[in-house]
Amino acid sequence: MFAYLQKCEPPSNDKRWKIIAATMRKLGNERQALIEALHSYQQAFGYLDKPGLTYIAASLKIPLSQVYGAATFYNHFTMKPQGEHACVVCTGTACYIKGAADLLKSIFNAEGVKPGETTPDGRLSILTARCFGACGLAPVVVVDGDVVGRITTDVLEQRLRKVLGHAG
Amino acid sequence: MLAEELKNIAVHEREAKAAVGACVNVCGAAGCQSLQSDALAKALVEAAAAQGYGPESCVVRKVGCLGLCGAGPLVSVEPAGIIYQRVQPSDAPDIVNALQGPPVKRINLDSKLPFFARQQRIVLENSGRIDPERLEDYIAADGYLALTTVLSEMTPSDVIAEIEKSGLRGRGGAGYPTGLKWGTVAKAIGSPKMVVCNADEGDPGAFMDRAVLESDPHRVLEGMAIAAYAVGASEGYIYVRAEYPLAVARLKTAIRLAERQELLGNGICGTQFNFRIAIRLGAGAFVCGEETALMASIEGKRGTPRPRPPYPAESGLWGHPTLINNVETFANIAPIIRRGGAWFAGIGTERSKGTKVFALAGRITNTGLIEVPMGITLRDIVFEIGGGVPEGRHLKAVQTGGPSGGCIPESFLDTPVDYETLTKLGSIMGSGGMIVMDETSSMVDVARYFMEFCMTESCGKCIPCRAGTAQMYNLLGRFVDRTATRADLAQLEQLCDLVRNTSLCGLGQSAPNPVSSTLRYFRPEYEATFATEGGE
Amino acid sequence: MPARVVTLQIDGRDVTARDDQMLIEVARESDIRIPKLCYVSGLSSYGGCRMCLVEVEGTSKLLAACTTAVTEGMQVRTVTPRLTEYRRMILEMLFAERNHVCSVCVSNGHCDMQWLAQHLGIDHIRFPYVYPNLPVDASHDRFVLDQNRCILCTRCVRVCQEIEGAHTWDVMGRGAQSLVITDLAQPWGESESCTSCGKCVQVCPTGALSEKGRSVAEMSKRREFLPYLTMMRGETGNE
Repeated sequence: MFAYLQKCEPPSNDKRWKIIAATMRKLGNERQALIEALHSYQQAFGYLDKPGLTYIAASLKIPLSQVYGAATFYNHFTMKPQGEHACVVCTGTACYIKGAADLLKSIFNAEGVKPGETTPDGRLSILTARCFGACGLAPVVVVDGDVVGRITTDVLEQRLRKVLGHAG
Repeated sequence: MLAEELKNIAVHEREAKAAVGACVNVCGAAGCQSLQSDALAKALVEAAAAQGYGPESCVVRKVGCLGLCGAGPLVSVEPAGIIYQRVQPSDAPDIVNALQGPPVKRINLDSKLPFFARQQRIVLENSGRIDPERLEDYIAADGYLALTTVLSEMTPSDVIAEIEKSGLRGRGGAGYPTGLKWGTVAKAIGSPKMVVCNADEGDPGAFMDRAVLESDPHRVLEGMAIAAYAVGASEGYIYVRAEYPLAVARLKTAIRLAERQELLGNGICGTQFNFRIAIRLGAGAFVCGEETALMASIEGKRGTPRPRPPYPAESGLWGHPTLINNVETFANIAPIIRRGGAWFAGIGTERSKGTKVFALAGRITNTGLIEVPMGITLRDIVFEIGGGVPEGRHLKAVQTGGPSGGCIPESFLDTPVDYETLTKLGSIMGSGGMIVMDETSSMVDVARYFMEFCMTESCGKCIPCRAGTAQMYNLLGRFVDRTATRADLAQLEQLCDLVRNTSLCGLGQSAPNPVSSTLRYFRPEYEATFATEGGE
Repeated sequence: MPARVVTLQIDGRDVTARDDQMLIEVARESDIRIPKLCYVSGLSSYGGCRMCLVEVEGTSKLLAACTTAVTEGMQVRTVTPRLTEYRRMILEMLFAERNHVCSVCVSNGHCDMQWLAQHLGIDHIRFPYVYPNLPVDASHDRFVLDQNRCILCTRCVRVCQEIEGAHTWDVMGRGAQSLVITDLAQPWGESESCTSCGKCVQVCPTGALSEKGRSVAEMSKRREFLPYLTMMRGETGNE
């Protein structure tokens, strides 16, 4: 009935699984390593999927449903593959007051995607964040890891065009 | 490390610094870093070399937050005390050129501005002055002096007595007396005991803890170690948001350096005292700022709160007695030990002692981080320090306490800031986010914004919070769409009362605050949205 | 520490109890029935439904009777106009949250939620219905899960973990989007860990979990086993 517990093998030969195994081992392969393991999993692969979660559950000896419950509880974790590029719009209070909604609207107009979605060609994912703590520079957008402060809709559109390599 | 060695390092560092002709500090906190302060630092190093400055005559350092984030990237020059704003890499040669003479006018920021002059810095005393990635810098600023003093000269109960004397209250929002909390954990039966630092700064619009961790991480570690000694703990955790990668990196560096010098780990400062600190990353759940939810998350579970009692002080992490304080609370500990509880108690008001760090944001001229004595008025914060509302607009309300707080209207701006008065006004001190709104902000919109936040951040465990915030959000939508009736308003008020009084944890209990405070001060705005005159 | 005996007052009646007992159990021993949904005797307390909130003299906060231990001299009121109004509102919100139409439900007439609504005199719901369209999982040989009738009380999660020891169930997502799941949110019939013991079905307070082949109003549930199981295991049962 708990067959998954016996096959404590990574789902593939991908070397990245070694990083995740190391994270779990460092915390004694115990239950408390779950969130750290999920972080390291998502950092390595970009998103979580069921075979990976089964491996983590087996390694830490946690019930499958508990792993899935935790993975879906936290905003940070995603079960969907992400686009090549990520644009995260901060929707914290300061950014909200300074027009984060307009930024999202302009992205939708230009690229046709809403927060949480990826363009059909898989090139760009739009996400929102609760607050980056860079409120002094509101509104803030993070494009592929670069924080851009005091951004306007024009600058954002330019930036996205540049990242996606669109002409003009 | 022994007290003697610590002193030697401090003396050596200070001498070395005094010997250098000029020190150019570039802000390397997340705000300025996002404005390419790294490139700026590089340009300054190159400019200094190009103009013939050697390491003995000019040092370029990356320091923590200089405060005025809205005018970043910021650069300060010591010992001249010059501050430059909105500095571009192209400004670097001019800045170096001006080291011997008057400051570069076009980017010079008057350091006598009320923004700087009206502040009183305890928590942020080293912020923007030291390199957060160098342990020696912190030691030169009397760092770890309090820890060695505590270990060599004080008993745990002496430490708790000193903290009690200081009148320090929890800076996470609720304001529970810190000394009392420490005393409870110290008396609790069970071992090992745990010390947890809550760095899950989830309030949107708040970045105090981020700045402290990025600018002066050792201060937090020292505060935690002193707390551990006082309560008899041997294990510590810092639960920090994953959204703060720079803070996490600096904490990791700081822990590694402190362990290498035996300021953390086994046999601290040559004594029998052991204390290790591990970092745990949050994963984007506001409710994990609630202490029981935070502990569940550290244990690797869904971050749902549980009823108290038992309090963490009796049964916390894995059932062990646990002390949980927030970043700013721990950051206050070392100065209190160094300068005495009585000194700290001399600052602030009757019931709220010391200073408070606020993050100013929204429609305000000077956005950034400030530290002010308790008891200062909101008007002084917004108009004196914050420089007022830009573009000739008028202040409408100040939002404190984030989604758990409320909106305070212009007419109450002369209220002195402390825990009790803000609560009386229908808001809370909260962790220190302060968002200024002008007349372009609709209070109904703002209330709905916060309710959406609480709804999506509700863990779903208790029904009043899970279903109540959703019902309130939908109701507020009717006001935004101008289809509401007077009956909707009555139901909204009923729901505020219900959710406040029946929710399981602080998130739910305080979720109605943004609605009830705007209803209290801006009721006509709600009534003006009725679909028909009078809303019948 | 051995438990001490304390005396307290519930709704004006003097009661004695051990100080490690929860208020809700003590009240029941004296035949005072405090409304409850997530609490079930024999499982750990959850404190989520807030139905069992009571007023205790000396504290302005309402306390959940399932998670509050009795203390010496405690004075408790379990029925007041304020409490009744709160309970009604909470229950109405629960009815509005998902699809709880009794007349077509397998548990009609045997449902804790329905019984409570009658007891509290609820004859209409003042809140707009949300009516999310949630899935029904009939992949298991013997049982059916209807998410539309689930109130997220987690009795199934707790009985599966604490009594059966399988931990097939848990909750995924958060807030109003929470759902009970089996294993990795896969169809129940494909669950590796489920032992098909059926305890989850028996403890479910509504028609969310039922036996296959039951028609409207046919699904009555048997929960007597729970307290006995706990007792026989020698754990400090609440009985």
